[in-house]
Amino acid sequence: MSAQDVQDWIGKQVAGNDVVLFMKGTKAMPQCGFSMQVAQILQHLGVDFKDINVLEDISVREGVKAYSKWPTIPQLYVKGEFIGGCDIVREMFQAGELEELLTAKGVAHNKQALTA
Amino acid sequence: MGMAAEDIARMIKESFPDAEVRIEDLTGDGNHYAATVISEAFRGKSRVQQHQMVYDALKGNMGGVLHALALKTATP
Repeated sequence: MSAQDVQDWIGKQVAGNDVVLFMKGTKAMPQCGFSMQVAQILQHLGVDFKDINVLEDISVREGVKAYSKWPTIPQLYVKGEFIGGCDIVREMFQAGELEELLTAKGVAHNKQALTA
Repeated sequence: MGMAAEDIARMIKESFPDAEVRIEDLTGDGNHYAATVISEAFRGKSRVQQHQMVYDALKGNMGGVLHALALKTATP
């Protein structure tokens, strides 16, 4: 794939799935602690998400960094919008903002336990 | 490989002269850091924008020689 094809492919994934996580490894078998944290947060919230393993394709690994102008993996997208990497997702989760965002965007999820 | 904590702090300070910068070497191996950056420059910006500003200050080192920088940004 050309660089432009990769950008188009990423755009399609992000547009065609409510929640997409570009990660190292898969949600069943993460290969990096940061990717694992975000996958666990989403699973904890009962969010159905598409995992894309960037380790399977170097062009996607580099392409998604260009797509979002964000230098690291993981990267979380909700309804086409780039939300952030591990630090931001964890901060939002701890502050209850991630759940608010999911509710605002109409993404099905569990209610977060109030006792963290 | 890796970067010294002082180099990370210096690069951030160059872009955010007013910033309070704290760098913690999480594992002592020069590869895994946590950084807290507090600057007026972040006011009114989203978290993604704030982190992108810090990454810009690190001029391509983030995600390259600098594998792991847990980042926290805030306004004073």
